Amino acid sequence: MKDEPVMRVGFRRRELLAGTALLLLTGFASRAAVVQGPLPWAPNAGNPPVPARPGPWAFFTGAEGRAVEAMADRIIPPDPQTPGGKDAGCAVFVDRQLAGPYGRQDGLYVRPPFQNGIKQQGPQSEAGPAQQYRQALAALDNYCKSKYAGKVFADLTDDDKDATLKGLESGAVKLDGTDGQAFFEQAVKDVQMGFFADPLYGGNRDMAAWKMIGYPGARYNYLDWVDRHNERFPLPPVSMAGRAEWTPKTR
Amino acid sequence: MARKLPRKDVVIVGLGWTGSIMAHELTDEGLDVIAIERGPWRDSPTDFPPSYMQDELRYRVRHELFLRPDQTTFTFRNKLDQTALPIRSWGPFMPPNGVGGGGVHWNAETWRFLPSDFVLRTHLTERYGASFLPQDMTIQDWGVTYDDLEPHYDRFEYLCGTSGTAGNLKGQIQEGGNPFEGPRSRPYPNPAQKQPFSPTLFAKAARELGYKPFPQPSGNLSQAYTNPLGLRLGPCTYCGFCEWFGCGNYSKASPQTTILPVLVRKSNFSLRDNSEVTRINTDRSGKRATGVTFVDTSGEEWEQPADLVILSAFSLFNVQLLLLSKIGEPYDPVANKGVIGRNFTHQTVSTVNGFFDSKKFNFNPFIGSGSIGMCIDEFNGDNFDHGPHGFVGGGYMGQVQTGARPIESTLVPPGTPKWGAAWKNAVRDNYLSTVKPGTGVHGSFYAYRDVYLDLDPTYRDRFGRPLMRMTIDFHDNEVKQNAFLTDKFAEIITAMGANQVAKQYRVAPYDATQYQTTHVNGGAVMGADPKTSALNRYLQSWDVPNLFVLGASAFPQNAGYNPTGTVAALAFHSAAAIRDQYLKNPGRLVDA
Repeated sequence: MKDEPVMRVGFRRRELLAGTALLLLTGFASRAAVVQGPLPWAPNAGNPPVPARPGPWAFFTGAEGRAVEAMADRIIPPDPQTPGGKDAGCAVFVDRQLAGPYGRQDGLYVRPPFQNGIKQQGPQSEAGPAQQYRQALAALDNYCKSKYAGKVFADLTDDDKDATLKGLESGAVKLDGTDGQAFFEQAVKDVQMGFFADPLYGGNRDMAAWKMIGYPGARYNYLDWVDRHNERFPLPPVSMAGRAEWTPKTR
Repeated sequence: MARKLPRKDVVIVGLGWTGSIMAHELTDEGLDVIAIERGPWRDSPTDFPPSYMQDELRYRVRHELFLRPDQTTFTFRNKLDQTALPIRSWGPFMPPNGVGGGGVHWNAETWRFLPSDFVLRTHLTERYGASFLPQDMTIQDWGVTYDDLEPHYDRFEYLCGTSGTAGNLKGQIQEGGNPFEGPRSRPYPNPAQKQPFSPTLFAKAARELGYKPFPQPSGNLSQAYTNPLGLRLGPCTYCGFCEWFGCGNYSKASPQTTILPVLVRKSNFSLRDNSEVTRINTDRSGKRATGVTFVDTSGEEWEQPADLVILSAFSLFNVQLLLLSKIGEPYDPVANKGVIGRNFTHQTVSTVNGFFDSKKFNFNPFIGSGSIGMCIDEFNGDNFDHGPHGFVGGGYMGQVQTGARPIESTLVPPGTPKWGAAWKNAVRDNYLSTVKPGTGVHGSFYAYRDVYLDLDPTYRDRFGRPLMRMTIDFHDNEVKQNAFLTDKFAEIITAMGANQVAKQYRVAPYDATQYQTTHVNGGAVMGADPKTSALNRYLQSWDVPNLFVLGASAFPQNAGYNPTGTVAALAFHSAAAIRDQYLKNPGRLVDA
């Protein structure tokens, strides 16, 4: 095997620096190699997470962004102690997720034929979440305009917003050309996920959700606490990027 | 045309637990061994560092350490008359990928099966009569006994540094351990891990109800340990990022922490990563394997000739490679003939969540390890009289606190809206005072004639090969078993002082969108009869004697425990047979 050099050092780091996060997620981050002798190791090798970048919407149009922010604030309403979904950055989280591998179904099996099956066979859609959000958000605003005198979802009163969302949830409100019930179920899941995920990804701003529930975050050692029963853990949450006050605002 | 590589003594397909164990054993024997692994090289400091491994979104929700379905997936249906459709995003189990395999992201729950599990058909028939078993249930004996495997269980536990409390030492029942377990030759290498509040409360309630709770045996270490290969592991810090995650702390037993640093340095071992074996090659007779063909990331095809082929991929991929390589007769459920794909099983898992008064209870549920918890075994296997209940099988149950990561662990009591102010308030009020068992009820899944694996007629992978098709449903026996066990479990959670319990029974139909466990088994099962098994008791192929197939694909049916301890014991048992018998006289180790 002399014709095949033992190549390992440096691969991953170079790819990372090239910013090809997509490659890293698809399982082909590194090339086939022969491992023999010393354990493969290189300085600064690793595969750190890709933080959500601050700035304008990466996937949503302005109108879509307003609609999702408005939905986020009804799914997780603000209260005196804890911000709502909008101020917690949940729409930013969903936006960055839809702009990334999740939105495009990267890594999933998307080969044809596409046929509808039974529920327990799982989603069989060729369209990924990004496309589903685009269709459903347009249809939602169209629905609201025809029902509420030309107003889009974001401009409705809170009561009308709730009535619309409850209608989607129950299936009573139908959206044109898309499954409104499935869309709302997904949106609730995505918004709540943004609320509880590490703030690195754009939601859970200032670790508001973690403070709210008493989750101490990305800590690595509870050796001194495992057998202190029924005592409240005293330390504040910490993100992978550090404490809330060190975390840059994403939007 | 495939480029041909120089011949090796042994080629190993897949470098997870079983591939690593076998590679270590056979290199010790002086053989020249190459392992070929579909996924990447992975190691603790580079791939699971404590600086960013605590990422629930990336690793738990987006499945980053697992195989990607676009590489390959399975089609699924419940019944023979349905059209199977592809599992497009992982659901019911999580196929591993890369060096270390499932050993990277397992919980490290390190059980032994019961002695009666290995002689299941014989045992149940003797106790209850043949007519007690459902007619289409195809359970069978394993061809090995607990006593055959005991030394090999022991080797694996000492390799891992398993932390636990023995319940049966050479036949003497031990206080504080599992009184139902088979006799062990010596205690666990390390004492049990410390228990958080809720498992402690569970154990107290269970004891008061008359059960004998014991700490779950754990491959997360309770203290620093040096294993027999000289590798050092550190004590677990209860970070709560264990299942679904790699351990950056050298505290979880994995191939990376217990074998690979020694194996990779051996001059008679090499590994090719990011290389997918597409076929096991045989000679014209079809009775002798000549090596394997694989494809690397550049699309280049290679042939690796070898005298001995060890198939040690994830259980389902073992079966898939046998089918694609046309080794062994594919199973036909209609004719009830053939062996490859037969006796496919999973697990029957359910849970009960307990909601407690937040003014009185604070469980700090984020403190966790993959396998800290207190369990009872009164309702596992045949540890209780099934006569009055009309089903067979069972499982352990326990409060195993694996770490309440907030995306999936912010539960609300039944009846709470799914969103809005009421939901938000309920999340706030319940997070610290909810018992959400990481394991719950962990029940057996016995084999049936119409639960099997074959090749799909329609869907293809990226190489154009047919996907494997799973036909699987829950049968009445398992549904009854689960209802019985879940109710028993709920009694204990209630006795802990819960205000409200939410029982999540496992019911039919089998649902490919619901995660249970990654314990999918069978399809290339071991046994004493080549008509009903693909492998003999040493995991040697009946058809191709220089091929051994390791892993849970060999389980004739699944018991009510996590499988890894048994998977590893079988690998050590097989390695011993190769070293002591096969190499001296290559050929069938058992006459059929």
